[in-house]
Amino acid sequence: MTQHLLILPILLPFLTGALLLFSSEARHGWRALFALFATLAQLAVALALLAGIDGWIATPWQGGVTVYALGNWAAPFGIVLVADHLATLMLTLTSIVGLATLVYALARWEHAGSHFLPLFQFLLMGLNGTFLTGDLFNLFVFFEVLLAASYGLALHASGVPRVKTGLHYIVVNLVASLVFLVAAALIYGVTGTLNMAEIALAVPRLDADARALFEIGALLLGIVFLVKAGAWPLNFWLPATYAAATPPVGAVFAILTKVGVYALLRFSILFGQDVAPAPFKGDWLFFCGLATIAVGTLGVLAAQKLDRLGGFMVVVSSGTLLAAFGFTGTTLTAPALYYLASSVLGSGAFFMLIELAERNRTAAADLLAISFEAFGLQDRHELEHPGEMAGVAIPAAMAFLGLAFFSCAAVLSGLPPLSGFVAKFALLKAAIAAPPVAPALNAGLLFTALLLSGLAALIALSRLGIRVFWDSERPTPRLQWLEAGPVAALVLLCFALAFGAGPAMAYFDAAARALHDPATYIGVVLSGGRP
Amino acid sequence: MEVVFAIAIGVMAGSGIYLLLRPRTFQVIMGLSLLSYAVNLFIFGMARLRIGAAPVIDATRSADPALYADPVPQALVLTAIVIGFAVTALLLVVLLAARGLSGTDHVDGREPEQE
Repeated sequence: MTQHLLILPILLPFLTGALLLFSSEARHGWRALFALFATLAQLAVALALLAGIDGWIATPWQGGVTVYALGNWAAPFGIVLVADHLATLMLTLTSIVGLATLVYALARWEHAGSHFLPLFQFLLMGLNGTFLTGDLFNLFVFFEVLLAASYGLALHASGVPRVKTGLHYIVVNLVASLVFLVAAALIYGVTGTLNMAEIALAVPRLDADARALFEIGALLLGIVFLVKAGAWPLNFWLPATYAAATPPVGAVFAILTKVGVYALLRFSILFGQDVAPAPFKGDWLFFCGLATIAVGTLGVLAAQKLDRLGGFMVVVSSGTLLAAFGFTGTTLTAPALYYLASSVLGSGAFFMLIELAERNRTAAADLLAISFEAFGLQDRHELEHPGEMAGVAIPAAMAFLGLAFFSCAAVLSGLPPLSGFVAKFALLKAAIAAPPVAPALNAGLLFTALLLSGLAALIALSRLGIRVFWDSERPTPRLQWLEAGPVAALVLLCFALAFGAGPAMAYFDAAARALHDPATYIGVVLSGGRP
Repeated sequence: MEVVFAIAIGVMAGSGIYLLLRPRTFQVIMGLSLLSYAVNLFIFGMARLRIGAAPVIDATRSADPALYADPVPQALVLTAIVIGFAVTALLLVVLLAARGLSGTDHVDGREPEQE
């Protein structure tokens, strides 16, 4: 029975989304409850997988890797799903952020357009599938599933800025998808397989001509992942799109860039640490990451509005991860995974928080009103009293917002005592310990980049924070529990990640160890999960 | 045959990229379509070009793999066509929405200033 657990993260959102698509929008309460329940179930499945992989509960899985053969076709012939430490970590992060944003969206934003709930479930399905799949072309298909859903979500609630940035977003990602297809075809053409584990075995056996073609294919694949990850100079679409998207969508998009980072990491190790082509590793990736941090930092300093600031913070965190993975040696992988978890939770909370804080800005209210009109979905009393909402408003809204903003700022800029600090500290410690094998110059550059980007984030966040929170002209926003709850939950998780840094780091260490031991992964996949 | 095939892919990809870089949304979508044709042909070509070889095993012929074309790239092309078609349709809707909302078919949603 337990072996079927692995298909659930894909099947659950798929069926939920399909059912929601065909149920009438009039039954609003039931739909919301159903979506909520399904997302909770996904979280439970992800946690069960996490516990199984890490050995907390007894399972027949070995070596921390488990394989699910779709249609019971063994590995090189059929498509397999593979779960290991990294994949389950990403699954868990996805469902946590997904659940938080779903609850948040139910309070208000879900009504701002049509089909939010099904699209959201399809996005989760695409994300889960991307993390689980062990097949190159299947990876492309899940990329398309999550991108198609994200196009719809980016345009949710419509409005001129969203359609304008959405158009750029869609075109950039369509081109990236075409490049992905060329890359997959080239790799298939020379290796004769699409199974990721078998590609890893086939690469060292290629002769010089085929090797050159493979390198071109891998290069194109790397470029696609760098586009998804938002690496400079392929990220001009990112801040505008993230800023224009509705807040819950922005929050769940925080994990979308991490998909590119995840894929880069996975393939760099499968292609072989020493022989992987340029975009996947080494100085090339390291300096690309540094450039991304630099551009993101400049953007953070220049941002005039909190939502654009959030977009650039995502760029900075992508850059940090790329630089860490490009750094010589493997010691930075575990701290980088910790940083990934912390930054996903932090930026997810931040995107939701800024909308709460800026709620009374008239421009946003106008935009919302327009989209309500465009979709003809408005509640009559909501139009009459746009400021007043159903549900119980929580007391001391300003105090809550201030505290949450401070915590998010601490996580994103890397101040103690929150998880952002632990993550940056661990990264820097590993970088300092590295110089015997890594050039001291690189360690110094990473050190400078991390500290400067943290300082810039702190300056920008406090400047904009003062403008938002110490403005006596601004009326106090009314908050609902449904909206404040998810933000508080994500912030509390950052606290938990910081105070439980020991056990968390142990897991990330195990993940890094498993990741840098591709032989186990390949062995388990190609033997069909049997001992 | 290979040369003709390669030139066809090259011409389509080249025209596609040129159109993709044009400022009007209609040109962009035409460019994307041409580019996706080129990519589909390219995937097809990755199975090595063969004449008179079916990708499906025929009961009346022997099961020798040399008699058949590689079926995997053909399956990939089918998937790619379906996905490409769906996403192009979606882009078309967004394009129309952008035209309606901004009143211009420029990709940036506003006309460049006249010099």
